[in-house]
Amino acid sequence: MNPLVLWFHKLGSPPYFYRFAGKWLPWLYALALICGAVGLYGALFTAPADYQQGDSFRIMYVHVPCAWMGLFAYLFMAANGFVGLVWRIKLSETLAMASAPVGAAFTFITLVTGSLWGKPTWGTWWTWDARLTSELVLLFLYFGVIGLYHAIEDRRQAARAAAFLALIGIVNLPIVHYSVIWWNTLHQAQTVSLVGPSKITPSMLWPLLTLAFATHVYFFASVLARSRVALLELESGKDWVRALLPATETPHD
Amino acid sequence: MKPGSTSAASFALLRRDLLLVWRRRGDALNPLLFAIIVVALFPFALGPEAAVLSRIAAGTIFVAVLLAMLLSLDALFRSDLEDGSLEQLVVSPHPLALLLGCKILVHWMTTALPLIVIAPLLAQLLQLPDKTLPVLLTALALATPLLSLIGAVCVALTVGMRRSGMLLTLLVLPLIVPALIFGAGACNAAQNGFAYSAPLLWLAAWLVLALILAPLAAAAALKISLT
Amino acid sequence: MSSIQTEPAPLESAPLLQAQSLRFARNDEAIFGPLDFSLHAGETVLIEGDNGSGKTTLLKVLSGLLEATSGSVLLHGTPLTLAKLSHQVALLGHLLGLKLELSALENLRFATGIGGIRPGITPHLALASVGLEGFEDAPLRTLSAGQRKRVALARLLLVPAALWLLDEPYANLDRGGIDLVNRLLEHHARRGGAALITSHGAYAFTSGTPRRLALKTAA
Repeated sequence: MNPLVLWFHKLGSPPYFYRFAGKWLPWLYALALICGAVGLYGALFTAPADYQQGDSFRIMYVHVPCAWMGLFAYLFMAANGFVGLVWRIKLSETLAMASAPVGAAFTFITLVTGSLWGKPTWGTWWTWDARLTSELVLLFLYFGVIGLYHAIEDRRQAARAAAFLALIGIVNLPIVHYSVIWWNTLHQAQTVSLVGPSKITPSMLWPLLTLAFATHVYFFASVLARSRVALLELESGKDWVRALLPATETPHD
Repeated sequence: MKPGSTSAASFALLRRDLLLVWRRRGDALNPLLFAIIVVALFPFALGPEAAVLSRIAAGTIFVAVLLAMLLSLDALFRSDLEDGSLEQLVVSPHPLALLLGCKILVHWMTTALPLIVIAPLLAQLLQLPDKTLPVLLTALALATPLLSLIGAVCVALTVGMRRSGMLLTLLVLPLIVPALIFGAGACNAAQNGFAYSAPLLWLAAWLVLALILAPLAAAAALKISLT
Repeated sequence: MSSIQTEPAPLESAPLLQAQSLRFARNDEAIFGPLDFSLHAGETVLIEGDNGSGKTTLLKVLSGLLEATSGSVLLHGTPLTLAKLSHQVALLGHLLGLKLELSALENLRFATGIGGIRPGITPHLALASVGLEGFEDAPLRTLSAGQRKRVALARLLLVPAALWLLDEPYANLDRGGIDLVNRLLEHHARRGGAALITSHGAYAFTSGTPRRLALKTAA
């Protein structure tokens, strides 16, 4: 059998995943830290000031990667939720539920940094235009998923119900992404595109992409760390968890 | 109609649920009273000036109707769960999605339809201009079934939880925001003399989609919750 | 985890219900299994076991409410999910599935709408057979637990089903009620139906000894 497929199968086993994630975690954190530092240096010092906004535009370097992560995290959550629902894979359920709070945090940071950016630029902390509104709705969706997950006693049933909800809410994602195109909004249209040239100067672009990469790496590190803890909780009665505890010499009668 | 056929089963369920609502018809008035009271609060809060009230009228009525429906949504499956009738529906040979669709229809008929009937009264309380009223009624007729359908999926996910009221609201509201934006948006457009057919058509399109998908989603969600 | 002990089954034609290596586990904790048994037309099987041995869970798996962790359930040879499309199974659960706001007659009318009606019997006749003549129009919440159970038994008489899955059918019934259940089971068996019942008490059957399946919780 294809070794990659075999490895994937092995990864689904909680003890193997626990060891695997534990091994890679420090490296991921280190990579995120380094890329983040490089990106921030570029963002704060190397990139030229915007001709319109001056230096206040630099908050974009936090705002935009977080916005991208909020959407990416939701997709990651929904994809894992789908796998967990259809194939009942415990690890997928765990990964989906672990990414919910991380995604919610990124979305929250997006809204707050956006608000801080909006005050000097638009003159207001908040406006109800399409992109801001749908981003706020995205935050509520995250809260709903997290709330539902914590409201059900049985952990696996809770994960399945919350994953189902996440899948229903996925309709909101294209609305957030395309809102600036479909409606005339106060929020600026997109300037970075995956295909074709971006409408942003390269010296401003590379810190943005670096920071985007750093946040992605951080996201995976965070989700892996949370999943490890969640798996310990889920499998707490099992032998492999017991084997992790430091050996105590208490005799049982 | 042969007893035991799927059409007979659907009618039997419709008839039973309508009968149950009739037996407790006092309770069915609660959403109506709630909507009237909520709407009446706004003139108290904002002052009686007609110009101010008529500007917010359509949106306020929409929110009041939404909240009133949310209140009654919690009970959609509760009684059937508690006496074992839900189990019987699940093991019956008929498609669960169709049976749930019948229950959702009864919920809409007994909660939303009365609200739409008193909408003109609510419109008067908030000084809504007469020309906007037909648009309001159309928008409500399109948005309220959407709420019943989407709400039913969320209720199916939380069925059996003891204190699910607040959680249910949290789950339903983000999903229903587009319907609110478009429904109230159509009314406001009509009130200001702009074209209003586009948002209404959007609502209709979503409604058609929800009519087909929501019962299926609710059946799947119920199966997750009942295991 | 529960294991089974059965007495030898009578040799007959194709079984009505078959369980093959049926296992159910919740959160990796085994509830019952692996179970292998078959049920033929005309048979009544009594599942015995203490509280918590998985009897109710087994019935739920056999009726299709719960999905087994592994193994399969065959109804007339076809896997359970497909067999669900025809009227074959009647489930009488711990909760009766009757609306308390409606009368016995209204509940039965609903049941026949969903499940069909046997030829030659009407709701009135069914209620009379279970000793509820005169109580047809009273809302169920005014009836006692035993009387409500009898309405559920009347439903069994009315709605055609080859396989009966009855969870604690003797609960809440007096001596006359217990006799009624036994009579219904005999009549059902003579008609070619099959029944699987759970009980944690011992009640005598008047004709023949039913086959017994004991689900015992492992030490």
